Amino acid sequence: MQNISQPAPNRTRWLTQETLVAWLFIIPSLLGVTVFVLVPTLRGFYLSFTDSDLINQASFIGLANYQRLIDDPQFWKSLAITSTYVLVNIPFQTVLALTLAMAMWRLTRSIVVRAIIFMPYLIPMLMVMLIWMTILHYDFGPVNGLLKLIGGPNARISFMGQELIIPTIAMINTWRYVGYTALLFFAGLQTIPLELYEAAEIDGASEWRIFRTITLPLLRPVTVFVLITSLVGSFQVYDSVAVATVPSGGPGDATRVIFWYIVNQAFVRFNMGYAAALAVALFIISMAIAWINMSYFRAGSSDLG
Amino acid sequence: MKHQIFRFLTVLVVASLVLAACAAPAAVDTSEIEAQVAELQSQLEAASDNEAMAELEAQIADLQAQLDAAGEEAAEEEPAAEGQVELQYWLWDNLQVPAYQACADAFTEQNPNITITITQQGWSAYWDALTTGFVAGTAPDVFTDHLAKYPEFLDKGLLLDIEPYVVADSVDTSIYLVDPELWVKDGSRYGLPKDWDTIAIFYNMDMLEAAGVDPAELNDLTWNPQDGGTFQEMVARLTLDANGNNGLSPDFDKNNVVQWGFVSGPGDAGSGGQQQWSSFAASTGFTLTDGPWSTQYHYDDPRIAETLQWWADLHNVYNFAPGSDTLAGTDNVGIFQAGAAAMTTEGSWQITNLMGNSTFPVGVALLPTGPEGRKSSINGLSDGIWVGTEHPDEAWEWVKYLASPECANTVGEFGVVFPAQQPAVDKALAAHQAAGRDISAFTIEAAAAGGTYLLPMTEHGSDIAALVQPVLQDIYDGKVQAADVLPDLNEQINALFE
Repeated sequence: MQNISQPAPNRTRWLTQETLVAWLFIIPSLLGVTVFVLVPTLRGFYLSFTDSDLINQASFIGLANYQRLIDDPQFWKSLAITSTYVLVNIPFQTVLALTLAMAMWRLTRSIVVRAIIFMPYLIPMLMVMLIWMTILHYDFGPVNGLLKLIGGPNARISFMGQELIIPTIAMINTWRYVGYTALLFFAGLQTIPLELYEAAEIDGASEWRIFRTITLPLLRPVTVFVLITSLVGSFQVYDSVAVATVPSGGPGDATRVIFWYIVNQAFVRFNMGYAAALAVALFIISMAIAWINMSYFRAGSSDLG
Repeated sequence: MKHQIFRFLTVLVVASLVLAACAAPAAVDTSEIEAQVAELQSQLEAASDNEAMAELEAQIADLQAQLDAAGEEAAEEEPAAEGQVELQYWLWDNLQVPAYQACADAFTEQNPNITITITQQGWSAYWDALTTGFVAGTAPDVFTDHLAKYPEFLDKGLLLDIEPYVVADSVDTSIYLVDPELWVKDGSRYGLPKDWDTIAIFYNMDMLEAAGVDPAELNDLTWNPQDGGTFQEMVARLTLDANGNNGLSPDFDKNNVVQWGFVSGPGDAGSGGQQQWSSFAASTGFTLTDGPWSTQYHYDDPRIAETLQWWADLHNVYNFAPGSDTLAGTDNVGIFQAGAAAMTTEGSWQITNLMGNSTFPVGVALLPTGPEGRKSSINGLSDGIWVGTEHPDEAWEWVKYLASPECANTVGEFGVVFPAQQPAVDKALAAHQAAGRDISAFTIEAAAAGGTYLLPMTEHGSDIAALVQPVLQDIYDGKVQAADVLPDLNEQINALFE
């Protein structure tokens, strides 16, 4: 606000030496974004108005794919399955990550502890799923072996049955991503000035009170970032489902998440146009989630300044 | 705002220049040189003094030399691009890779300009990768095709019609044991029979001995959808609880089973329960469709409802067979080879794996006889050519070789599958005999009059599979009664053909 009295910069001379350097830095990523994100996205929108199978000549069919989507029970069921996944995954993952980050920050700064917490994120998804599926197997897994020992064969839990497989995969992914999310929170915690904590301690505030009135509000920009990226990522769950189920989407239709349905329509049933419409629906849902988060948490501003 | 758009456009121009620069031709443009030569020659004709003529002649000679060099370069490149062809060949059965590698090696020896690269992926991943490849334009030149899958590929125009090649090379299609006309639609041909398979019972010899069962008993079992017949009695006899009681004992504790008499699963919707419940349903006289290219499914038939209900009850009511919980992450073959079940029904393609890779001796027995006799599915595979191949002629040469007696005999010697030609089948049988395996159940079933049926072979295969799979699962998990849900399912299926 101070430089309001200064003469306005010459806006017509945009190609100064400085901006030229800036453009040189931007161009490589701009090219990448254009070729790999912008063009495919626009093409995706276009395809959603056609009956394309990507093999034969497609024709424009207007909003027919969207009409079909509204009447398609599998779409709504897939949306419900995905929502269940998100509702299990996100709350556990976020709360656990925040707790871990607080523990790392207030109790130990050990790099070894941080590395251990981050470790699951470095294991390939395929191995994570195979290891957990073995651990949780109904007949051969140690978890159910223990339950059987304590409460007999009927005390066993069918983690991979139709009812529990989505919560099971959601919890496995929580285990996998919690370290990564915790590190994001941890980085956010480091931006909070220590004087605030010193002042609070002098005032005799309890640890819980400090957390509620200092840490949580000042962590808000990081929380919004974590929530948006993990919510959007969670709605796009696919790889872990594809690895954990044979045939993928099973048992029955228990794990036919929205992304599974898109892949199935596009590449198994040759309905690329309809799959594109499904993808646009998922895109709109993701945008809505991001927008709600941004406006609810006033993401653009910080309480620090 | 205006400036921003201008900047954006500038960036795009720069980007396109960069891209264009990358794509600039590296080769010498001969037409330009030729034009220069012509220009100089016309000057030469018009020139009067000797000095000027000599210089022009030197210039022409120089350009001519450049032209010759460019021509040589082009000539050097050509044979590499045209002569050597690498074909991609895909199959899903890892056990068959060595056999087809042997065929490929022999083929390349006879056709040194064609090399074959074999890629193998598991059944489920195979079809996902193949259809993705069709869409992305990266499908293999030649791939193993399945009768239940090919109508849909045909519908999308993905397969090359090989009838012109078959006629031109006068290929004898009468040598095959499987009807070659199954791969013909409207005068076009999309494959030549490659092999065939039937279904039989595989049993754990140790478990039979422990239960005092004579393996010969298994060949005479009867079955019906009401009480399961002597087949169900045998399954019960081979099921054991933790206290050592079998399924026939009044003290049998169905909540604590340690050995199941039988293992299969909900069934694969895509192939109509091929090695699971389809032979049981067929033995009641039931057929799922009205034959190849049928537009009618019969999931509303009471006989399939009874069969699937019995199938599910074997787990849910009696616990003589493991449920989905046990099968999660594995399959009937995995459970059988883990030594947790005494019998399973499987296809002849599993002979080498189940009899060769199990830690216990394994035998093969005939399927049980149902109310309308003993029925096994007979299925055939072929090698299809993707319509997008860059080398259709070479791909045909490879397909022709795959369907030839020579390759069939090679495959037969490996004893993994039954090739579609009798001499090669004899080789496969000899290989099994030499290994001490009695697998006659498969060939007896194949030869029995009226003893075989075809799997569903219709359009909309993947749509139908997506509809049927959850219903099969719900029935098998005991969540619904088969008779309650199948009529509605059948209406949905038949609506696809309207």
